Amino acid sequence: MPADRMVGRSRALDVAALGGLLLGLVVLGFPLWIAFVAASHDAARMNTVPPPLWPGRMLFANLASAWERVALGTQLFNTTVMALGIAFGKVAMSVTMAFALVYFRVRFRGLIFALVLGAILLPVEIRIVPTYLVAADLMAPLRDLVGLLPWLPVPEAKFSLLNTHAGLIVPLLASTTATFLFRQFFLTMPEELTEAALIDGAGPWRFFWSILLPLSATNIAALLVVMFIFGWNQYLWPLLVTTEPGMQTLVMGLAKLGPGMDSRPLWNELMAGALVALLPPVMVVLVLQRWFVRGLIDAGK
Amino acid sequence: MKRSGFRGGWTVLLLVGPQLLLLLWFTYWPALRALRDAFHLADPFTGEGIFVGLDNFTELLAEPSYWRAACTTVVFSAAVALLSLSVGLALALLVDGLRRGAGLWRAALIWPYAAAPAVAGVLWLFLFDRHHGLLAYAMNVGLGLGWSPDLNGTHAMILVVIASAWKQISYNFVFFAAGLAGIPPSLIEAAAIDGAGPWTRTWCIVLPLLSPTLFLLLVLNVIYAFFDTLAVIDLTTQGRPAGETMTLIYRVYRDGFVGLDLGSSSAQSVLLMLAVVGLTWVQFRVLERRVHYAG
Repeated sequence: MPADRMVGRSRALDVAALGGLLLGLVVLGFPLWIAFVAASHDAARMNTVPPPLWPGRMLFANLASAWERVALGTQLFNTTVMALGIAFGKVAMSVTMAFALVYFRVRFRGLIFALVLGAILLPVEIRIVPTYLVAADLMAPLRDLVGLLPWLPVPEAKFSLLNTHAGLIVPLLASTTATFLFRQFFLTMPEELTEAALIDGAGPWRFFWSILLPLSATNIAALLVVMFIFGWNQYLWPLLVTTEPGMQTLVMGLAKLGPGMDSRPLWNELMAGALVALLPPVMVVLVLQRWFVRGLIDAGK
Repeated sequence: MKRSGFRGGWTVLLLVGPQLLLLLWFTYWPALRALRDAFHLADPFTGEGIFVGLDNFTELLAEPSYWRAACTTVVFSAAVALLSLSVGLALALLVDGLRRGAGLWRAALIWPYAAAPAVAGVLWLFLFDRHHGLLAYAMNVGLGLGWSPDLNGTHAMILVVIASAWKQISYNFVFFAAGLAGIPPSLIEAAAIDGAGPWTRTWCIVLPLLSPTLFLLLVLNVIYAFFDTLAVIDLTTQGRPAGETMTLIYRVYRDGFVGLDLGSSSAQSVLLMLAVVGLTWVQFRVLERRVHYAG
């Protein structure tokens, strides 16, 4: 007897389940469909009541118009740079840190690990202004130290990250979750692996490149996907550190395409912009689904 | 730490240095700076300030609007967590019961997670827009509800809650689906042999076994509702009408970056840091005892 026959499901229940799933699908998909519909009508049609339910023919015209008005092409480039930079940067930072913490005799190991873990209690949203101040003047922390250590040489010049790609990426690169994950993973590696490498005369770099990294490939891929989405979807930080139109990203650019409730945004162009901001990460999630699901669950724990 | 480790001071410095420097520069120094500014009356962006003790805190706590923002945050976070957890769980249970096509359904239900909170914000802002939105039209013309999120605080709250919960449903779905996949089928079959129907099996076996997942998700969802929804609020209601959708995080941003009130904003940051530490502690201490951990 087949297993699901044994656990006894009725046909009525199956139909109800399918109905529930379809409802869920519609609820989740509805905003995307309507965004697509709105992006394909001209402004006149968007001002009629009731609003359209089926797509029109203006999709490319609206895309072109939004592309020109807020430089979507530049934003697309900046967003891609930011997302890739954050994904690879975070993984590089955390994999090296975890390697050191697990495989080396590190002084102050407890303190360093505590600093990495403690950062999760301090999200950028609750230290907005001071973080901005460091990005605007990289020497600011040193200047504060001068009070304690008067002999410290601090350059007069301000090194600012505002309106640079580095400014979009670097301040977000430290990662508690990724470091923690790689540390846990390395701790499960058999001791014999290191011993064999040591006997064969492999140095730490050789061991890192030829043994540890290939073994971590799945974890790295999973985290890259999740961190790419994280980087792509940043809103607050790009909003703070970029003022020049040439440096803005797609997601924060939505604020420029259609501000709040007071004014009347051009909905068709705003929805066209939203589609451009939304579709690349959706494609990444769907194409790399297996890595994504794994990375999401690992990062959550 | 492995028994047989490598040695090398410079190598270690090279491996540990970059992330440590970033943490000190862009996380801990700003946090300490906020702590200092919270006790100073400061000129924004020059940082010169005079020590005022607890004045920023007493002023802040005397403001009724701050307490209202605190209440709003609690209501908002609870609503977002409840809505996205329950729908996510329901969808995961339904997909788990399918005889075929589960993979396709999974793909069809997880993609909204890829949406930025900001994108979710503008999509739902449009659907609920009083003049152009399809849902607003359906509610006003079809149901005669008088929907106007720009004037009615409850409507505005519903808007930000739905916009924030939407993508989080997919997130929760992924975790619940993984949790369900980890439940051994033999348990379900044994219950079925004992005569338990689908409802009894779900309530008495599946849900208790899912409680670790539920607990983890509760923590993650509250953190999401606290911090990541800033973009949703900024692109939809911006705290309006009359501060009815003003959450604590959004207020830190408004007062600090838009209003340039550094002292008050820093005091708010410090209170939020304490709240985050407290919240994490409470969730792990109190809730952990009621959760059934399998194997």
